[in-house]
Amino acid sequence: MLIIRCPICGDRPELEFRYGGEGHVARPAATEALDDQTVADRLYMRTNPKGLTVERWRHVHGCGRFFNAVRDTVSDFFVTTYKAGEPRPDLDALKKEAVR
Amino acid sequence: MSAPFRLATGGRIDRSKPLRFTFDGAAYTGFEGDTLASALIAGGVHLMGRSFKYHRPRGFLTAGPDEPNALVGVGASQDRYTPNLRAPVVELHDGLVAESQNRWPSLRFDAGAVNDLFSRFLPAGFYYKTFMWPKSFWKTVYEPKIRSMAGLGKAPTAPDADRYTQVYAHVDVLVVGAGPAGLAAALAAAESGRRVMLADEQPEVGGSLLHDVTATIEGRPAAAWVAETLAALEAKGVQVLTRTTAFGYYPHNMLGLLERVTDHYANPDPKLPRERLWQVRAGEVVLATGAIERPLVFPENDRPGILLADAARAYANRWAASVGKRVVIATACDSAYRTALDLKAHGIDVAVVADLRPMPIGPLVDAVRAAGIRVEAGTAVTGTRGRLRVRVAHLSRLDGRGGAHAPEPVACDALLMSGGWTPTVHLFSQSRGKLRFDEGLQAYVPSVSVEKERSAGGCNGVFDLAAVLADGYAAGESAARATRVRAPASRAFPVDGTHPVTGGHLGAVPHSRNPSAVKAFVDFQNDVTAKDLKLATREGLRSIEHVKRYTTTGMATDQGKTSNMNALGIVSEAIKAPIPQIGLTTFRAPYTPVTFGSFAGASRGDLFDPVRKTPSHSFAVEKGAPFENVGQWKRAWWYPRPGEDQHAAVRREVKAMRSSVGMFDASTLGKIEVVGPDAAAFMEMLYTNAWAKLGVGRCRYGVMLREDGFVMDDGVIGRLAADRFHVTTTTGGAPRVLNHMEDYLQTEFPHLAVWLTSITEQWAVTAVQGPKARDVIAALVEGVDLSDAALPHMSVVECRVCGVPARLFRVSFTGELGYEINVPADHGAAVWQAVYEAGQAYGITPYGTEAMHVARAEKGYIIVGQETDGTAGPDDVGLGWAIGKAKPDFVGKRALARPAMGAADRKQLVGLLTEDPATVLEEGAQIVADPVFEVPARMIGHVTSAYESPTLDRSIALAMVKGGRARMGETIYIPMPDRVIAAKVVAPVFYDQEGARLNG
Repeated sequence: MLIIRCPICGDRPELEFRYGGEGHVARPAATEALDDQTVADRLYMRTNPKGLTVERWRHVHGCGRFFNAVRDTVSDFFVTTYKAGEPRPDLDALKKEAVR
Repeated sequence: MSAPFRLATGGRIDRSKPLRFTFDGAAYTGFEGDTLASALIAGGVHLMGRSFKYHRPRGFLTAGPDEPNALVGVGASQDRYTPNLRAPVVELHDGLVAESQNRWPSLRFDAGAVNDLFSRFLPAGFYYKTFMWPKSFWKTVYEPKIRSMAGLGKAPTAPDADRYTQVYAHVDVLVVGAGPAGLAAALAAAESGRRVMLADEQPEVGGSLLHDVTATIEGRPAAAWVAETLAALEAKGVQVLTRTTAFGYYPHNMLGLLERVTDHYANPDPKLPRERLWQVRAGEVVLATGAIERPLVFPENDRPGILLADAARAYANRWAASVGKRVVIATACDSAYRTALDLKAHGIDVAVVADLRPMPIGPLVDAVRAAGIRVEAGTAVTGTRGRLRVRVAHLSRLDGRGGAHAPEPVACDALLMSGGWTPTVHLFSQSRGKLRFDEGLQAYVPSVSVEKERSAGGCNGVFDLAAVLADGYAAGESAARATRVRAPASRAFPVDGTHPVTGGHLGAVPHSRNPSAVKAFVDFQNDVTAKDLKLATREGLRSIEHVKRYTTTGMATDQGKTSNMNALGIVSEAIKAPIPQIGLTTFRAPYTPVTFGSFAGASRGDLFDPVRKTPSHSFAVEKGAPFENVGQWKRAWWYPRPGEDQHAAVRREVKAMRSSVGMFDASTLGKIEVVGPDAAAFMEMLYTNAWAKLGVGRCRYGVMLREDGFVMDDGVIGRLAADRFHVTTTTGGAPRVLNHMEDYLQTEFPHLAVWLTSITEQWAVTAVQGPKARDVIAALVEGVDLSDAALPHMSVVECRVCGVPARLFRVSFTGELGYEINVPADHGAAVWQAVYEAGQAYGITPYGTEAMHVARAEKGYIIVGQETDGTAGPDDVGLGWAIGKAKPDFVGKRALARPAMGAADRKQLVGLLTEDPATVLEEGAQIVADPVFEVPARMIGHVTSAYESPTLDRSIALAMVKGGRARMGETIYIPMPDRVIAAKVVAPVFYDQEGARLNG
């Protein structure tokens, strides 16, 4: 069972969390202006990278907060977590850090 | 019964404590310290079962958890019966009852053994080839037959009488395995003062040292050193768990351990659980899981009496049980020479040691020769004889060209084999560490770690005792210092009386017999032979993962502990490719089988799942109501009167509610309070409707969409104050809706000052519905004008009811005049009772969920999740009116504007009236446009709700039909297995279409 670092509560077991889909898929403002293809892509198309991916998680059986996490889809391990609203980290830099 | 094969002296058994037990009904006696296997071997029993596919007689192969053959069912009664236990790890206790498996009518004469004669019709992959046609035969003939002939033990028929517990533990260092490496590692880790746990699957610590009677460590006999070390570890506070198998390695150093607490007692303390499941989170892990001896793959290597060499040594040294009177040893590894020496020392006749190697050398070989034991180099066993026990071994000198010379028959009653040692890398591999093939050892050993762990000793490919101890100590030190850097051992353990061991063999042993006529077993439990593996390669399979699935090698309950490396060796030779190129199959948890009981723990019976009861629960029980499970809720289904069936009760309840008044417990509805200065703005975004202008004290039916525009939930929402909404959700949807709301509040609209609180459990709800509803509650409600003008349909008021604070809603899910009285949950039962009593004057009728469903269907009210399925938009289910078209934005708004959401042929909610009013459709039934159709028919929709309507006195149904609203008046058809039912498409509201009754 993975240990996940909640940005509010710290290290907690995986059981306390719920996955929330891909991170940084913002609900676009002024949606009326978007064409249908863009809307469909926003709704349904997600990346499925091998390696580092950004996800939303919720500490549902804890503080209840949604937060973002960088996880490695190859090793399954979390690389880092951060609060919702904070900027997306530089994945290339994280990758280099992991190699080091 | 006497024990003719019990050695006169030695062993770690207590001869002053005899234990009686039975096997297949026959009585035997063993001693405390025996296993079922050692006691039976001492009694001269080797025939233990029939093999899986060919029903060949089989005996013990090993002395440990890797045993593939000797599977037994243990337990005197069905409620304490466990099938498929490996006899070498079943500890004996007085009164133990064991039986063999997979034989009929008896173990000695088994009808299934005809499979052996017809084996040429049962080659590898036979079920893929043979049982394909005719197709219908698979379900009716082949599968039941195969299942009855093959198989292992039988599941017990009575519920498990035992108790199981689960324990969570956190330690700094977990050492798995308490053989020499594990003990040394624990010693080192304990020195550091860290919290150390040492777990071993055996009843006592020591591992291989428990059957080593010649080695000395630090000047003391191995057994004495083990005892001293254990005392030292316990003095330092190390938690030592015996009878505890580490079966699974999960991410972030979480290990699953199964502790067998009472199985070895004749009369266990009833306070003790049978087993404990440990979930251990370890800072660092030392794997000291040892190594498993490999069999040699020669023809007829599976007869009872043919064992692994070190197993025979363990039976003799540890349990004083002799595997035979005259043994033949076949080996490719020095370790079997230790067996020869130890057995000879016990007075057992070792007829010959046949070594595959052309020129075996070394101190062990010299010692065996010096002891006067015949050693034949470059010699293999190429066949055996003996029906229920090996009688003769055929020894043939290898010709060096892949064949063998004419055999010499050697009489024996036990044949011992050793193909070398395979490091037990299961847990390391489960942790997703990378293995490396060591050419020198001809074995896979741990290479790159993923978790914070290190392997030591046999599982690390280290076999010399002094080196094993040093390796273990260094591993323990590095674990205590939480580093992967292995310091050179800071403690050397002087060792004597032992010799380094080399040699081994992977794959099949050469012979010159007709390869299509002999069976040389690789996987004993799944009956896979060398021939099967070669056939698989001839049929084009190259990857070991494919060969494994095609032949089933390594797929039995032992997961190929004794067979995987030999299978690799055979495939490697057959396709002329080096072993690392063929790969290695994946090791999966559990290492050995784990009981369902331990996984379930306390979660069984009443504790299986929490039960949520409504305030009227005991009222409903008293009335004899059956309960419907809705999620975890128990909801009264109907309230039968004496002599009534469901049909009669529901009919009466609906009629009474519509003609006078009924009451219904609606407490299970999800309830969320949305509070804050921006509450209305938040509601505007989360629901399709307009909320800003909703007056305080008014309610509105709200529709919630997902961002993709499909209906997610619905419910009545009351505005209690400018900044306070009382939201209701579907019974099952409450957590999902709250999660959805929190999601948007936290991530998309964090600028809104809103707080969300689940209040489902806080408010109990009694719904009072029917023309007399107002009259019933009038006497209970304090200080509220209940008139239609003051409290119209869809309004809410905070007041007191029966003297307690209440939120009184005037709402209806039945189409009648109705109220829902919300009171604090603790008062729910009292208010329910008060309403019931006040209603007696009007013949108030409590109704259950079934009547509620019928009544709402009569009115065409949808249930989200019944009429909708996650692909229904609001307009599809007739809720287009609830969309605030003037609103600039709400969740799902843009998606609704996609062309597909407005397509004319979308499935739309309609009503159906069957041509025959007595016919009630089946929910979920598919709908076609034409009664004459070819299969596969073109389906145009499906029935979502169907009931007999007491109000209309005929059947009604709701359905989702393509372009349904344009089909009004058309006849459509519902094909059923025995007939096709015709029905007319009508509007989905069957009763009081203008809604006059709501405003009574």
